[in-house]
Amino acid sequence: MNEILRILLFMVSCVLSHNFIFSRFLGCCPFLGVSNKVGTAAGMGLAVTFVMGLASLFTYVVYHFILVPLQLTYLDTISFILVIAALVQFVETFLKKSSPSLYNALGIYLPLITTNCAVLGVAVLNVSEGYNLLYSVLNGVFGALGFLLAIVLMAGVRERLELADIPKCLRGFPIGLIIAGLMSVAFMGFLGLA
Amino acid sequence: MRLRLSTLPHIRSGETTTTLMLNVLIALVPCVIAGIYNFGWNAAMLMAVCMGTAILSEYLFQLIARRPVRVGDLSALVTGLILALNLPSSAPWWMAVVGSAFAIVIVKELFGGIGSNFMNPALTARAVLLASWPVMMTAYVSPTYWQQGVDAVSSATPLGGLSASYLDLFLGRIPGSIGEVSKVMILVGLVYLIISRTITWHIPVCMVGSAFLFSWIFGADPVAAILSGGLLFGAVFMATDYTTCPMTFKGQVMYAAGCGLIVAVIRAFGSYPEGVTYAILLMNIVTPLIDKYVRHRVYGHGKGEKHNG
Amino acid sequence: MADNNRSIGSVFLDGVITENPTFRLVLGICPTIATTTSAINGLGMGAAATFVLIGSNAVISLLRNFIPDKVRIPAFVVVICTFVTMVQLLMQAFVPSLYDALGMFIPLIVVNCIILARAEAFASKNGVLPSIVDGLGMGVGFTGAITLMGCVRELISSGSIFGLNVLSAGYQPMLLIGMAAGGFMVFGLSLGAFNLIVNRVEKKKGGVKA
Repeated sequence: MNEILRILLFMVSCVLSHNFIFSRFLGCCPFLGVSNKVGTAAGMGLAVTFVMGLASLFTYVVYHFILVPLQLTYLDTISFILVIAALVQFVETFLKKSSPSLYNALGIYLPLITTNCAVLGVAVLNVSEGYNLLYSVLNGVFGALGFLLAIVLMAGVRERLELADIPKCLRGFPIGLIIAGLMSVAFMGFLGLA
Repeated sequence: MRLRLSTLPHIRSGETTTTLMLNVLIALVPCVIAGIYNFGWNAAMLMAVCMGTAILSEYLFQLIARRPVRVGDLSALVTGLILALNLPSSAPWWMAVVGSAFAIVIVKELFGGIGSNFMNPALTARAVLLASWPVMMTAYVSPTYWQQGVDAVSSATPLGGLSASYLDLFLGRIPGSIGEVSKVMILVGLVYLIISRTITWHIPVCMVGSAFLFSWIFGADPVAAILSGGLLFGAVFMATDYTTCPMTFKGQVMYAAGCGLIVAVIRAFGSYPEGVTYAILLMNIVTPLIDKYVRHRVYGHGKGEKHNG
Repeated sequence: MADNNRSIGSVFLDGVITENPTFRLVLGICPTIATTTSAINGLGMGAAATFVLIGSNAVISLLRNFIPDKVRIPAFVVVICTFVTMVQLLMQAFVPSLYDALGMFIPLIVVNCIILARAEAFASKNGVLPSIVDGLGMGVGFTGAITLMGCVRELISSGSIFGLNVLSAGYQPMLLIGMAAGGFMVFGLSLGAFNLIVNRVEKKKGGVKA
């Protein structure tokens, strides 16, 4: 019972208080680049969730069952990035064959995910925090759901500001960063949750 | 040629932004009086500094950015005053300056001025000050200025562990921010806002109700929960900000319920003793999505006046 | 953009100013926010990224005629990753405190878009010397930008620059600027200021021509 509660709190903290964007600042490029429309933002978020969950699983296996026994842990970064690249490629091909509708929805975002630092970030984080398999996968999935939440909220705000009279020099990235900063202030309220 | 949008609530009753803002200022008068009575001249000084800085920074920004100067709409005054009422009376003057300048320039004017900001400026500024100077922002003093004749020592708030009776909470005989302690005066303000049709009852009532319900579920004393901290002040004066709350009645109910839920969650599980500021800010962020997805039904009902809150 | 059309100097200046990776191309947002909490962190991150940029640009430029087009991106990533691992091990050995401060953002240099973008856009099409200069220019541009932002954030959030107290003892540091929120905002505002300056300069140039 206690363990279940701990796991639940861990999930909540991954989404809210340790949000990948607002408190770990990982995955900012897609967060700012693909957040002009709520629909596309949700697509990107879902694709990231899918890949991040799988990446946490596979990188855990590679690290603990291949690199550690062979004492090759200094090769972690290079093996993680290869695993992620292969995984993205595999997911893309698999979706194309098995579920064309899902592929059409997520397909365009998949190649971008290889260089999303949140994906490599979660793998590195899982190792440095010493999470076990369950916690690693939960960290991947719920961390990515936190990313999904952040990018969808961001897209909502940006859609609303589409016609706002923002000073010329701030349009685009600068105002996006300022919005992210203000949102991050609000997310501080979740500090210490769990 | 870009079209310039007017202020967000497109109300057709002939009321202008200025009269709305004037109504809010009038509704704040009881809180101002209570604040000065409880906390003394430092509270008055903070209000003056906040309002002055807010007006000045709005004027300067509009001048420098070569925009039409719209200081006369009084919205900057409202922002400054609400921020001041959210500060502890022991706050130094420069914090009031930083806070109101931040509220006006970064949160409001950079996004295009009144009607375009997506978060409540005064509340965002309060959260920024709280994160920046946590010790000074929580140095609350007892509201006993006139009894003791000197600044009282700082002490814990009811949410921070002090025990207080319901009556003490209601009458404001507790430490806290300048404007939030006296619940009577806030309710007087609320009555004026509703009578003058500045706001409807939906957001304040739903937010307080939801905070009551969820505090009770999470095992806190629900009556104390709605009487402590800034809940009532936030529900009446800040959650109802036109620009940052949903436009439709149904959206407003969802928004207010969300505010109450987050307040209860932060108080019960978070590391901050008080969550009203963050709850309203977080729901401000969700507001564009609420407006996007719960829009048409109310248009179908054709009730224009539901738009105001 | 053939290499003989442009002088080495202009390739370098492109990276530092006109195509500044941080302020003009807005690449590498995450490390920028993460490592500009203080001037020294910014400088350290910039130096590490510059080393990787120069190394990967040089190697990729050398191999540009041997890497098949289809697998070029994975090949680039492997090259970049090799240099990142080198930096990681070197920093761990010689500047352990900086290594700890930058934490996971050192391995994440691999996915820093600046490096892959330069490999793809420049090194795979140009000779070794221009590629090294391009890497150096981009690296200096990146380092300059994040060190500058690091100075600003460190000054506001702790009253010092490179650890030296420059403000009077009465200064109350504004802690928010050292947090994620402050990082986003300072970056956004610096970007806006940079745009403003560039627009002014371009307008002046246009005015002279007209």
